[in-house]
Amino acid sequence: MFIAEKITYETAGRELIKDFSMSMHKGELIAVLGANGAGKSTLLRMLGGEKHPSKGVIQLHGRPLKQYRAKELALARAVLVQHNVINLSFTVEEIVAMGRYPHNGQSTALSNGRVIQEVMEITGIEHLAERSYLSLSGGEQQRVHLARTLAQLWDIPNALLLMDEPVNSMDIQYQHQTLAIAHALAQKGFMVICVLHDINLAAQYASRIIMLKNGRKWYDGTPAEVLSTKQLYDIFEIDADVYTNPKTLKPYSLAKQVIINYNIINNTIMENNTQMSLKQQYLTYKQENPKKRIREAAQDLKVSEAELLMTGLGETVTKLKALLKTS
Amino acid sequence: MRNWIYPILIIGLIAAICFSLGLGAMKIPVGEVVSILLQKMGLLKDTGASPQNATVIFVVRLPRVVLGVLVGAALGISGAAIQGVFRNPLAEPGLIGISAGASLMAVVIIALEAAVFVGLSNLLGYYLLAFGAFTGACVAALLVYQISKTDGKPNVATMLLAGIAINALAGALTGLITYMANDQQLRNITFWLLGSLGGATWQTVTVLLPFVLLPLVLLPLTGKALNTFALGEVQAEHLGINTAAVKRNVVILATMAVGACVAVTGIISFVGLLVPHTIRLLIGVDNRKLIPASALLGGLVLTLADMISRTLIAPIELPIGVVTAILGTPVFLYILIKDKKKLSL
Repeated sequence: MFIAEKITYETAGRELIKDFSMSMHKGELIAVLGANGAGKSTLLRMLGGEKHPSKGVIQLHGRPLKQYRAKELALARAVLVQHNVINLSFTVEEIVAMGRYPHNGQSTALSNGRVIQEVMEITGIEHLAERSYLSLSGGEQQRVHLARTLAQLWDIPNALLLMDEPVNSMDIQYQHQTLAIAHALAQKGFMVICVLHDINLAAQYASRIIMLKNGRKWYDGTPAEVLSTKQLYDIFEIDADVYTNPKTLKPYSLAKQVIINYNIINNTIMENNTQMSLKQQYLTYKQENPKKRIREAAQDLKVSEAELLMTGLGETVTKLKALLKTS
Repeated sequence: MRNWIYPILIIGLIAAICFSLGLGAMKIPVGEVVSILLQKMGLLKDTGASPQNATVIFVVRLPRVVLGVLVGAALGISGAAIQGVFRNPLAEPGLIGISAGASLMAVVIIALEAAVFVGLSNLLGYYLLAFGAFTGACVAALLVYQISKTDGKPNVATMLLAGIAINALAGALTGLITYMANDQQLRNITFWLLGSLGGATWQTVTVLLPFVLLPLVLLPLTGKALNTFALGEVQAEHLGINTAAVKRNVVILATMAVGACVAVTGIISFVGLLVPHTIRLLIGVDNRKLIPASALLGGLVLTLADMISRTLIAPIELPIGVVTAILGTPVFLYILIKDKKKLSL
């Protein structure tokens, strides 16, 4: 059992997480979704014991997280963080083996070796074992850390696994592989909480989805309960249609294309260019529709009349010119 | 696996010691050196070696060689551990102000000696200098460490910047005093700043021994924790490591070792930086092996450097700091150019 009761995290006078409550049982895989800055990472840091909530209590297996000693906690939960920077050229196997450090003295070297082998196989890095970590691609490096995190908990029952955007920079095969591993671990009795950006990946593998906005929990439920056009708009401010996958009966969403008027992009640099091209546009337009007035031309070219005038075409518009003269 | 390094380093160290003991104004063949040593240990009886040679070795040369081994081991092992804490292969003990603090105090004492401590005998003056330098090292490191604390935990990036600031301040004050010093003081200051193993006696060795032995025994125990530091401090904590305690212990032990060494021998540059780096190239970056191996190679390097400094233009003795810097810089630049891409901060 993992419980958070009305936890709040306050720093520099701002509440990054406010009154967040949840409880989870073994076997659950919870995906946390939310826009940038919604507080997902802060929440995960509190749940992992890295930061203590300003208010509220977090309990793991009936004991407040605060009461765990660092070593005990290392044998009950593992955290896969988002950014891992290493400057020294450790080999892949050496890094994965660090996940077993908390176990040294409790497990035999033989069983540690077996665990390391197994996690490297399931994350698809066993062929990289002797390679230097620094020579790997971003996605491969991320898999090494996944393997290290798995090694830490591999043989611990009811363990808590927290992952902050674990599939960042992974190719699609390993995105699914990673979530599938998380899903399988949950089946084995783990509790897995996973911050994700990909709504469909979350819907496909998570048993539950929690949606955060502005540091508060907005929605919490099965993917089918939580994913709807309205709720996706509430959280992400996107227009998306939600369908049901006929094969898996899980929901999936398709976001509609967002259109931005290219004229508002990078105006400072493009000023001259747009004016030139506007002139060109107007001239071609005028050739095609010689009878149209400037007002109509401006409407059709999706610019204001003044803008058209500014391109130096004013003299061609006799009527307006006369008007300007009198005023 | 890569454990072959230990026997090689140990054999190399013993060989270097034996050669070094034989070299000097009065040359003693290596074979005789070995038999004299074995006789002293009671392993050989009546080797026929001249008692005069035995005296030269035990009274004059052995304390100096032992001092070199101790200082080299201390600099090497502290360098390895400090690099582990800073997660950066370019860090060295001087970075947290140890050397600069020690130099400042030493220079102050040398400058004041004429004015205040005139009556002191030579030996007392020597101890005063050593004690002052050690105090300076500790104060500077403590200052850097305290400044670097954020929310009660030392922050490595702040430690680095605070170290640079304290180094600059101590350097400026040292420069100021040097500028005001008279000729004799200037000579003493320069001699001290360049480092030397000269003047080593069994007494200096016994004074230094506890300061070096404790770090030599305790620092290798931090190997595993320092490996997790390479992942990042947050990740290390997730693995159950008390990072604040590890940082504190490493800083204390490194200050103890390097501060005491600088106090006795002056500043010997590049050993703390280069020795761990060389070991990394040979056996990889695992701190559990790197830290003890750095101690062995440090001892070996300093024994060789001392040998060169004593014999290159004998009877004049080159400052050992000059030798390590002249030999060390090209090696360092070679590594830097070769690994440029890997060394991103």
